[in-house]
Amino acid sequence: MSLDRRAFLGRTATMTGAAMLPSFASAADTIKLGSILDTSGIFDAYGKPMDMAMRLAVDEINASGGLLSKQVEVSGYDTQSDMALYSQYAQQLTRQDRVDVVHGGILSASREAIRQTMRKTKTLYFYNVLYEGGVCDRNIFINGVTPAQQVEALVPYAMKKAGKKVYILAADYNYGQITARWIQKFVADNGGETVGLDFFPLDVSDFGSTIAKIQTAAPDLVIAPLVGGAHLSFFRQWAAAGMKDRIPLASTTLGVGNEQLVLTPEEGNGIMVAYNYSQQLDTPANAAFKASWLAAFGDNSNIHETAVSTYQGVMTWAKAVEMAGSLDRDSIIDALETGISIEGPGGKVTVDPKTHHAVLDVHLMEFEDQRMKVIETLPQRQPIDTQSVCDLATSPNDNTQYEIQI
Amino acid sequence: MDLSIVILVEMLYAVASLVLISAGLAVVFGMMKVINLAHGEFMMMGGYATITAVNLGANVFVAMLVVAPITVGLIGLVVERLVIRHLYGRLVDTMLATWGLSLFFIGVATMIFGNTTTGISTPIPGFSVGDYQINGYNFFIILVAIALVVGMLVILKSTRAGLIARGTMQRSDIAAALGYSPDRIYMATFFCGSALSGLAGAVLAPLVGLVPTSGGAYIAKAFITVIAGGPSLVAGLLSSAGLFGLVNQIFTFAISPVIGDVALLVAAVVLLRLLPQGVTGKFFKGKL
Repeated sequence: MSLDRRAFLGRTATMTGAAMLPSFASAADTIKLGSILDTSGIFDAYGKPMDMAMRLAVDEINASGGLLSKQVEVSGYDTQSDMALYSQYAQQLTRQDRVDVVHGGILSASREAIRQTMRKTKTLYFYNVLYEGGVCDRNIFINGVTPAQQVEALVPYAMKKAGKKVYILAADYNYGQITARWIQKFVADNGGETVGLDFFPLDVSDFGSTIAKIQTAAPDLVIAPLVGGAHLSFFRQWAAAGMKDRIPLASTTLGVGNEQLVLTPEEGNGIMVAYNYSQQLDTPANAAFKASWLAAFGDNSNIHETAVSTYQGVMTWAKAVEMAGSLDRDSIIDALETGISIEGPGGKVTVDPKTHHAVLDVHLMEFEDQRMKVIETLPQRQPIDTQSVCDLATSPNDNTQYEIQI
Repeated sequence: MDLSIVILVEMLYAVASLVLISAGLAVVFGMMKVINLAHGEFMMMGGYATITAVNLGANVFVAMLVVAPITVGLIGLVVERLVIRHLYGRLVDTMLATWGLSLFFIGVATMIFGNTTTGISTPIPGFSVGDYQINGYNFFIILVAIALVVGMLVILKSTRAGLIARGTMQRSDIAAALGYSPDRIYMATFFCGSALSGLAGAVLAPLVGLVPTSGGAYIAKAFITVIAGGPSLVAGLLSSAGLFGLVNQIFTFAISPVIGDVALLVAAVVLLRLLPQGVTGKFFKGKL
């Protein structure tokens, strides 16, 4: 067969056109869910399980007949842990793919990079990660725990166990600073005293002098909202100095990326944390979730907090779509604002209509042999930090991330 | 009293870790004038070599002191044969090439070990000084650093191999005229430099959470220490590491770790303004 340039172009054009046709034809028959996550690069420890959770949720929805008798189709983009790609793919999702909803974003920086695009194009957006709180925007729904939800539960528990004098070590960016402020507040509220507060840039990995300083202050308890691989050194050096059995530790971040598997039992045992999810949660919903994850991916050891949040986010959205009976953004928001709940692997998740954050179960846990043993469950904690600054019922046009003053 | 002992140990430890971090670079950059931007990645590979060996059942000290330096030294050897040897005397080109290498090694490490934090725990328990607990591993690092400096001095000063290496670094043409092959000597020296980097990464590995990008945390401090040290290899290393370690720890204790790092950088800038040739450009002249 001979093929000249003109014929080649002609055929290619026909084929491309033909290839594009079905997608046009089927556009009305499927619901498009956009996903934007770092599934490669330095944040992939968070992003990969989140992507798996999102796909698992969509598969389950489709297996049970889809939504509004349509199948849900995923348009997923890997942002490669590069903030610049977020804005690019957000444009692609909203203007080219014209998806019905977007789930995703991991760091607060990535969320802020795409939030305005979602708002402008009137694309409903779900951010499924624990974060520093304060976002007030009618177009976004957030179902991770905020510092107040976590700290309000963790501090009294840890102080009761350890004592009244608290030393805080926090990561030096907005999450750490805001969380440290909440810790100070709850320490004072519970009749305790903050005897020291240090902030660390994310690349600090040598905590020797800090450990000596802590001993000078002689606290009863150390609370450490430290973030990332370099900061993990603190827990290791703390144990190496033999401090672990002298002063108890609590953290608001350790374990979110399954860090309990990296620390040895000797280093980790006894560290107190509080989250919405632990693999050790003994509920039927969690057992079913872990079983279907195992069936879908062959290994369920990588399930973590933000993966479960993502799963719960997709399920909340699905319930709202069924309730609204349409894909219209405003009807779905109205449905969500009735305060709907789902029963997720981490417990009951209820949408808070005022803030579009979530009312969640917070579980107090302790590390035990590389697992997070659940000590106590505090049901349905309100996002009181964001509630103190944000009321979308009275000001639906609000579009700010508040710095919450305490 | 107890506190001053603790502070003293922490200061010695800070100096020792700077010496460790910089020793490999001092050989590769200070002696051979190769700007090795992949120095941090050599350290990172030393860390991974240790962790892998320990997970395979090796004794942790064997893994740190034998397996890691040899592994990284061999990797350095391959790198030298394939890339660096074509670039001797071309300072800027080595920078570009080794930067590429550093990206390559990060990529390879990510592929093999994944992008998650790994680590091993320290093999030495902590112990108490009065009311304080100290990380026992600090003493091990101080000991390794002392052994390293003494070893470098002895080899460079009192062995024939050290003499030949120093001679070749100064005038490779004369060394060649005297019948030594500069090509081989460069190769051996690069092997030693890489092995030292691997050793540093290995010894520091139990203190940190290791990720493929960990090397980036060391590279700046290593270059600052080596450049501020000046032309003398060992004396320069010791004087600048001592100075920066002290400054860093004093400010860390007095204020915070952030200010400690700031003080280190400020000290480096001031030092290079006053002594552009480094400490040993003015003091300890002609010393090793």
